[in-house]
Amino acid sequence: MCGIVGLYLKNPKLKPKLGAMFKPMLIEMTNRGPDSAGVAIYRNPTKKSETKFSLAHDDANYDWKKIDVGLEKALKCDCSVKKIGNHCILVTNAKETSVIKLLKQHHPEVRVVGTGNTIEIFKETGLPANVYEKFHLDDASGTHIIGHTRMATESAVTTAGSHPFATGADLCLVHNGSLSNHNRLRETLRKEGMEFQTENDTEVAAAYMTHKLRTGSTLKQALESSLTDLDGFFTFLVGTGDGFAVVRDPIACKHAVMAETDDWVAMATEYRAIAHLPGADKAKIWEPEPSKVYSWGGNA
Amino acid sequence: MNELDLKKEGIRGINSKLQTLPKNTNEKHWVVTNPMGQHSIAVGLDGPLQIDIKGHVGFYCGGMNKESEITIHGHAGVGTAENMMSGIVWVKGNSSESAGATGNGGLLVIDGDASSRCGISMKGIDIVVGGNVGHMSAFMGQRGNLVVCGDAGDALGDSIYEARLYVKGKVASLGADCIEKEMRAEHIADLERLLKAAKRKEKPSEFKRYGSARKLYNFSVDHADAY
Repeated sequence: MCGIVGLYLKNPKLKPKLGAMFKPMLIEMTNRGPDSAGVAIYRNPTKKSETKFSLAHDDANYDWKKIDVGLEKALKCDCSVKKIGNHCILVTNAKETSVIKLLKQHHPEVRVVGTGNTIEIFKETGLPANVYEKFHLDDASGTHIIGHTRMATESAVTTAGSHPFATGADLCLVHNGSLSNHNRLRETLRKEGMEFQTENDTEVAAAYMTHKLRTGSTLKQALESSLTDLDGFFTFLVGTGDGFAVVRDPIACKHAVMAETDDWVAMATEYRAIAHLPGADKAKIWEPEPSKVYSWGGNA
Repeated sequence: MNELDLKKEGIRGINSKLQTLPKNTNEKHWVVTNPMGQHSIAVGLDGPLQIDIKGHVGFYCGGMNKESEITIHGHAGVGTAENMMSGIVWVKGNSSESAGATGNGGLLVIDGDASSRCGISMKGIDIVVGGNVGHMSAFMGQRGNLVVCGDAGDALGDSIYEARLYVKGKVASLGADCIEKEMRAEHIADLERLLKAAKRKEKPSEFKRYGSARKLYNFSVDHADAY
């Protein structure tokens, strides 16, 4: 099962309503995925010289100020932290790799769930409605957002196993389906230097994309090569800095439907998630074809 | 005309209302509002009702239909009119995969495109698609007609039995044991009837017919590669 949903605003006037418009979409997919939920929202771009980190910790009362002060001291940089649920958005002008190295050394219990200039990733076990509330997304504004409701089938119900998975700067992946060659592929990618936190199949797909992008592929090329290198069933929704992309495996038995109006583009596992959007009744609606990369907002 | 608001009545409320109408009811025309992409709308109907669904529906709409004429004024989700016995299901928009799956009879019309596995395992249903159908359409089709006014995707009619396939546009590829066949007078008459029933303007002469080469019916070691 699992449900995936994405909303990209074509009309900038709707930006302040992004969180409110997306909420019923995610919640409608609860019975496809009641185990955990997550979203990647694109908002509040940082300066070019800065990097935004989405960090998570199991303890909701974790003192993020410690990290703020520690980083500023160690890396002689500027930092700001904003606690949201058991996550924190850290913005800093320090080098991304230095921050990650330092966190790994001194705060190994802190998970880096996303990095970039605009992306913020929030994910947690529990019902989608609770997750949405925990991260104060109701009144969130932004340009686009993707989400996932998970019914765990091949690995444990944990926050680390929840989607979206980051795949690079401002990039993330959500997945409906199951991969059958993820163990072999994980080993291959480990040899290439990729690191893994879970036994989850989607994490492998995300690492695969990350590796492809780091080694010179464009997003479109990475998605196209995934069609031959990944075995199994999948509909992928990939969030990018300025839009999103959709691709389905060649058999295409994991549902997907797309809708477009003058104001927005939406993708969902089932149309009922889209039905809540203003103007959905008049939208152009179709099922994306297998093995074909669809993208909005450029980049792919 | 009677109205049923799905938001108010819920899916079970609507279906039990329509399923329990007496066979000889005078209340034949029902309009369903606010379908909101919900699943299994107007399934299991048994009687000559006329149902108009005002909007986009989810999965399995009109499934198992007997005698009713169901019109979906919008997009239809997965498995529309699956296992239909008789009557008509008409989709005014596009349809998702597996439309008309295992249908025994009746007519399914999709004005737009129909995605993959359209008419999978069809057993006597007639399906007319105004646009394209996706891959694996009419897979293991046993009986009935699939008319495609646009193009057909890969592996059309794979492992087909006696279903008849008519395609006006391009066929990306034919599935195992599916071949192009001669268009005889009886096929032209059939096609004419179906196009007329679906209010299509295409002419039978514009179509090609595809069907079973009947070489996979029984195991033959000579065909081992084709299984």
